[in-house]
Amino acid sequence: MSTQSMSLARAINAGLREALLADAKVVLMGEDIGPLGGVFRVTEGLQAEFGDTRVIDTPLAESAIVGTAIGLAMRGYRPVCEIQFDGFIFPGFDQITSQLAKLTSRHEGSLTMPVVIRVPYGGHIGAIEHHQESPEAYFAHTPGLRVVTPSTPHDGYWMIQEAIASNDPVIFFEPKSRYWPKGDVDDAASGIPLHASRVAREGSEVTLLGYGPMVSLLLAAAEIAAAEGTSAEVIDLRSLSPIDYAPVIASVQKTGRLVIGQEAPGFVSIASEIAATVTERCFYSLEAPVLRVTGFDTPFPPAKLEGLYLPDADRVLEAVDRAMAY
Amino acid sequence: MPYTAATVQLLSPEGAIVVNDVSAPYAHYIDDLSEQQLREFHRQMVVMRRFDTEAANLQRQGQLALWIPSIGQEAAQVGSGYAARPQDHIFPAYREHVVARIRGVDPVSIIAMLRGISHGGWNPAEHGNFHLYTLVIGSQTLHATGYAMGIQLDGNMATGNPDADEAVLVYFGDGASSQGDVSEALVFASSYQTPQVFFLQNNHWAISVPVSRQSRTPLYRRAAGFGMDGIQVDGNDVLASYAVTRASLDTARAGEGPQFIEALTYRIGAHTTSDDPTKYRDSAEADFWIAGDPIKRFEAYLRSRGEGDAFFAELAEEADDVAADARRKTLELVNPTAAKIFEHVYSEPHPLMDEQHAWLRDYEAGFERDRA
Repeated sequence: MSTQSMSLARAINAGLREALLADAKVVLMGEDIGPLGGVFRVTEGLQAEFGDTRVIDTPLAESAIVGTAIGLAMRGYRPVCEIQFDGFIFPGFDQITSQLAKLTSRHEGSLTMPVVIRVPYGGHIGAIEHHQESPEAYFAHTPGLRVVTPSTPHDGYWMIQEAIASNDPVIFFEPKSRYWPKGDVDDAASGIPLHASRVAREGSEVTLLGYGPMVSLLLAAAEIAAAEGTSAEVIDLRSLSPIDYAPVIASVQKTGRLVIGQEAPGFVSIASEIAATVTERCFYSLEAPVLRVTGFDTPFPPAKLEGLYLPDADRVLEAVDRAMAY
Repeated sequence: MPYTAATVQLLSPEGAIVVNDVSAPYAHYIDDLSEQQLREFHRQMVVMRRFDTEAANLQRQGQLALWIPSIGQEAAQVGSGYAARPQDHIFPAYREHVVARIRGVDPVSIIAMLRGISHGGWNPAEHGNFHLYTLVIGSQTLHATGYAMGIQLDGNMATGNPDADEAVLVYFGDGASSQGDVSEALVFASSYQTPQVFFLQNNHWAISVPVSRQSRTPLYRRAAGFGMDGIQVDGNDVLASYAVTRASLDTARAGEGPQFIEALTYRIGAHTTSDDPTKYRDSAEADFWIAGDPIKRFEAYLRSRGEGDAFFAELAEEADDVAADARRKTLELVNPTAAKIFEHVYSEPHPLMDEQHAWLRDYEAGFERDRA
């Protein structure tokens, strides 16, 4: 067993490298992923090591990146597509939702679609329009897709390999704001399966639930809450489709309170879905309504306003206070 | 007159062999065809036109939600379909019923789709590498291109053995030519020099919109802008459709890059049985194309080669038998069970599928319990 400290970007890079080494059918494709190593350098060095037929720079066309990945999967390949930024996935949306998600079903089982689509997402990086969005709900809403998002380097390393090993299409959301901070990666064992959620911090009075970029923020909020005398449990959802509810329900049954955080707009979102399900399944355990702390239901604003738009620890704590007041 | 000086034609509308500079390079492909193959071309065209009529009748009788006629396009489909070699992969749009049958798909599978029993469902690997229909216009051109990229990565091309080297044949229409996915497919194919042929059936109508609204330039000329050769062929001439597609597929499989064919043909019938072409088009236009009908033309050619009445009479009988058989099989199709809703949405276990399927089973069983 060896544990190394590395950034999420580096950990996903290492995971991709393992996948390329393990299976000759794994190919990476996307814009600028070759010599440049991707705009976030997640594929850095991989084309030099594996060649331009394993790490394929594509023309600039997202629908074609996904559509040709589908054809490659039909041929027996396991393509891993990089969409350069969250807001640029929509030219590929039709191929993802009408084709990729439905082809296994349309073939009645004779065809699998082992395609991974990596999408850097989320705000907190001060970028221009279309570069800070959180479009995960569209994909979680689409039957036939699996949707996951790591929040730590360790999960990034393992989850990308597990996503590539999946025979179903996986939309792999990478939290941009977490690309650079380092964390320990244990390359001996993943710990838990791809679609498992995980308790990131134990607590007893309120459950804070989030995924991807929110998890570190929820942990920070829990730390402050603890100092203020409230014990918060933090759950990292990890998988947005399917959702592993068992740890969520066990936690809410224990704490009686749930606050869900996400960067995406709240209307018709992952947080809404979980609020409804937890209300159904934990009705007699709840001491307070399930509360949501989300981005506003507006387009992502110019970056100088992102601090107001995005949930922060204070907004989470405000919700904790409201939940505790019931 | 839709034909241009560039149109490859080997049979005139009257069924006589055409000899000119444009067609000459393709003539030898026809010389290589046996009498049996020529009869087979005709057989498929006649049988599938009869099948098509039967399917439309079934729709009118309430047995299908919809039918998508392919009448008038038989030569483009038979010619190109037989041009593909067994190892080739074919990506259809949704009107390639004739190609489907050539590649071993029972056309009743297409009827089943339009009856609401499946979304396709056949396994291409067991049906002549004929992939499922794609209803979103133009999407399949990208799947075909990706598949061809896979052939290239596998190195199953350009070895010099046309019986082993693979190629991809993808069908789309004049309407699809306006779709972004088609342009993207042409860009990717050209960029990677994939072994594939883009086969555009220009049937002149995208539901109610004429090809003149899709393009101000003959569609085969679009290919040049993507860096590939475009060939225009008389799609109502089965011999030209065969020869040009055969040549193009062999060029592609030899590693000389993707090829583009525009086959000029005509949608004699409606877009689908839900449509009414009298609302938007002039019958004089259809008359022109009916005069150049692919089946009539090829029959004249075969008769000029000495084929007698007996063959055509026998064929008419066979076509009636196929139609009757399709009708019988249609009426015998079994409706799917609820399991079909949940099975195969994912290829690996998924908790929502299990939960919701179990819920539905229990809910349905509740009615049985109430009745008991």
